Amino acid sequence: MTAPPRAALLAWFDDSAGADRACLGGKSASLGEMARAGLPVPPGFALTAHAFLAARDASGTAGAIAAALDGLDPGDQAGLSRRAAAVRELIASWPVPPDLAAAVAAAYRELCARSGHGRVAVAVRSSATCEDSPDASFAGEHDSYLWVRGADDVLAAVRRCWASLFTDRAVAYRAQLGYPQDGTQMCVAVQQMVRPRSAGVAFTLNPGNGDRSAVAIDSAWGFGEGVVSGEVTPDNFLVDKVLGVITQRTVSAKRHAWLLADDDQVRRVELDAGLAAAPSLTDVEIVAVARLARAAERHYGCPQDVEWAVDGDREDSGQGGGPHVVLLQSRPETVWSKKKVTVSTGLDPMASIVATLSSPLHARKP
Amino acid sequence: MADRFPSPFDITTPPGAEGWERLYRYSSQFSADRREYEDSQFWFRDGVHWPEVVTPWDATIYEYALASLSQYNTRHYLIPPALGVDFRILNGYTYLSPVGVANPAEVEARVPHFLERAGYYFGNWDRLYDEWLVKIRALVQEMTEIPVEPLPEREPLEVITGGAGFGSGFTLQESYHRLCDLSLKLWQYHFEFLNLGYAAYLDFFGFCKQAFPSIPDLAIAKMVAGVEVDLFRPDEELKKLARLALSSGVAAAFDEANPEAVRDVLRGSDAGRAWLAQWDESCEPWFNFSSGSGFYHTDRVWIENVDIPFGFIRDYIARLAEGEDLARPIAEIHAERDRIVAEYRELLGSDEDREAFDGKLGLSRTVFPYVENHNFYVEHWAHSVMWRKMRAFGEIFVKAGFFTAADDVFLLQLDEVPVALFDMYHAWSVGVEPRGGAYWGPELTRRKAILAALRGWSAPPALGEPPEVVTEPFTVMLWGITSESVKGWLRAAEGDTDGALSGFAASPGVAEGPARVIFAADQIGEVQHGEILVAPLTAPSWAPIFSKIGATVTDVGGMMSHAAIVCREYGLPAVTGTAFGTAQIKTGQRIRVDGSNGTVTLINHPQPPPARP
Repeated sequence: MTAPPRAALLAWFDDSAGADRACLGGKSASLGEMARAGLPVPPGFALTAHAFLAARDASGTAGAIAAALDGLDPGDQAGLSRRAAAVRELIASWPVPPDLAAAVAAAYRELCARSGHGRVAVAVRSSATCEDSPDASFAGEHDSYLWVRGADDVLAAVRRCWASLFTDRAVAYRAQLGYPQDGTQMCVAVQQMVRPRSAGVAFTLNPGNGDRSAVAIDSAWGFGEGVVSGEVTPDNFLVDKVLGVITQRTVSAKRHAWLLADDDQVRRVELDAGLAAAPSLTDVEIVAVARLARAAERHYGCPQDVEWAVDGDREDSGQGGGPHVVLLQSRPETVWSKKKVTVSTGLDPMASIVATLSSPLHARKP
Repeated sequence: MADRFPSPFDITTPPGAEGWERLYRYSSQFSADRREYEDSQFWFRDGVHWPEVVTPWDATIYEYALASLSQYNTRHYLIPPALGVDFRILNGYTYLSPVGVANPAEVEARVPHFLERAGYYFGNWDRLYDEWLVKIRALVQEMTEIPVEPLPEREPLEVITGGAGFGSGFTLQESYHRLCDLSLKLWQYHFEFLNLGYAAYLDFFGFCKQAFPSIPDLAIAKMVAGVEVDLFRPDEELKKLARLALSSGVAAAFDEANPEAVRDVLRGSDAGRAWLAQWDESCEPWFNFSSGSGFYHTDRVWIENVDIPFGFIRDYIARLAEGEDLARPIAEIHAERDRIVAEYRELLGSDEDREAFDGKLGLSRTVFPYVENHNFYVEHWAHSVMWRKMRAFGEIFVKAGFFTAADDVFLLQLDEVPVALFDMYHAWSVGVEPRGGAYWGPELTRRKAILAALRGWSAPPALGEPPEVVTEPFTVMLWGITSESVKGWLRAAEGDTDGALSGFAASPGVAEGPARVIFAADQIGEVQHGEILVAPLTAPSWAPIFSKIGATVTDVGGMMSHAAIVCREYGLPAVTGTAFGTAQIKTGQRIRVDGSNGTVTLINHPQPPPARP
């Protein structure tokens, strides 16, 4: 890809005039799409493919990188590993062009201002451009840095993300499939970290029976990792999508939680019995999570499986304005969505009434 | 937890009520000769319609209603699996038991008849309903015109010169028979559409529950419910009159406490007279409106108790003066209903389902105006006239020295009134004193004591062994009785409630506040702003207090009960059908009402109620 002149180096997720998807990479594009659809993703910005190319060109190392990867033998594991490491080292040494450094510093300051934090913690995530490349399914092969604070540390993390375009596996994969090693650029998403008071997942249908009128919510204290991995038995809530009322609730004993310590490390903490047995969401929050999931489903046009969190910092800051539920991720639900569900019996109206009277609903076991 | 309720044969007579059986027809009482059948049935108390002890005459209306309901199931439409709902009176309280068709072959044999008969009604519903509206108005008119006049000292000359050939004594007795016949006919009309209406609604309800297993019942109700229904008309007329009082500058008349004084002030100006003309127009028929269920002669009818509607109008005037907009947001209610329908429809899994949904919703909406509106015409309007006419007979008896009060006539069984009338006629025709005063005086004293003793008895919510599952469709729809609610009663009967009650999640939301326990319409003035209303059930005429309470809890009723409908309308949480709400909650106690989950939590011990202003 060739950068057009004066192309944007940086784009806010919620800026509708932001860079096109091809310049953002999959992760940033997806965050941008959600933000622009009004879904409450934590705020942030993306460094575009142009930023990557500008830094590369300014560094004068493009030739050296190409040379290092030239004539790669996918079968030579040790050689491949050595060469990829050399490329990563080159990239990590790139001086960041002054206009890019200034843009990142200004954007970080604005993020601090938006969030009300002096040195807001951010996640710096790799987001490879993905058109026609295998990197789309490669998200895990590129680096992410969590709880990064300060513009300098953000820039350092950005360079490491850039470098992660050439992890051993990514390089080997491209080589095996015959993709050019310089055909992909590394974009970077910089997004405010959320310290969740509670977090979890939500399905925009009842995973137990495929009921599409329901939003099913699993929730626990702290970070959602325990819910996703299944090591915490979460609270479970069912909300009717249309009326927005809670139709079922099961509060479980959540004996531990993953919480953020003062040193920005996430640790497993045992909870006292009272907190363990208390519902991890208020009724208002339950409905807000369901509404958020429903909005994601509406936006994507199919049932979704979302990760969400209640922002513990905004709650503590007493800003008011209702529950602060943020959307962390939204993926299509795949199990029930593929099934065609039909309940109509095909009986004519009168025959249907006879059937109803003969087998009234309350006789049926749900 | 016990697995059954007491047998009707284990129920004893409360002290002081000995001989209560003679107040009611023999056919409506549990009896040893029918014990095998009666003990095999499950009987539940109909607290929805008859929450209190019924007097002998009022009991007949109960019997007319249940026989009419049953007749349409059993003999008119041949509802395949369901015969009628059998009815009994025990210690003055009403108990019902749905009767199914036991033999599967017989159920099968009823199907073609049902298809033909019910199909005809569904296929011609709008026309037949229009005809019903004409019939019911004609019946009310006919009832209104029934002459009930004291027997004259001498027959008017026209009787002679017209060659009538019969006299006032005959006319008076004929009038009574006519009133009874029209009352039974009224109840025939009442059920002409209702059972079929509920059947169509249940079919839509069942479809929604299958497509969306966790869809709240009230979502289904909201999709079907009408927006501008006759049930809300009396309240709308009150608001209209309040607005007119303000706009025409006569609102100050309502500073007078006494309704007659209000009228006097109004009569003194053109604007006031114009207001009174509008009042008269609103009265017929809309203020033929009962402050109760309409099933008791004691339910106060607005038109005869003008202090009730005037009080509401005074309240509305005050709120309008404070800038409150009392108008129901009709356009928003329509839009919200359309949104709910469109969203569920879109969530269905296939076009076949959407087609079925459209068809069933369409039929439900066709039948629902009857379901929603009949209540005004029958229980409110026609019953108002019926009680009024009966009271006219009562007054004639008072004049003749039979009774001390006109309402004593309701202490007679329906079939005893002609006997008393004949006594009066006998004496009048011969020209001597009737025996009535001496005969009925002590008898009515005895009956009053029995009824007082029965009123102090706590009637169990059910009798006999509950079925595994409650399947009878009308029981579920009309009385809100399900397998779950029966289990809840069994638990609550043992006091096993953990400071919580459960019922129907009738209107969503959560509210907390002090309870106000109300048993009858004449207590609704006690309700203070922000309190949670706890009542056996609510009636349409209570509408004006719903704008000041925080939530509602009722002992009886389901998703389609009045409290449920009105609370959804006002956006108030409601839990209906708790069975023991008024028994376990005390006025002043803080309670938490979760109308989304159907639970009521008692938060602390009773405190003294707040002082009244």
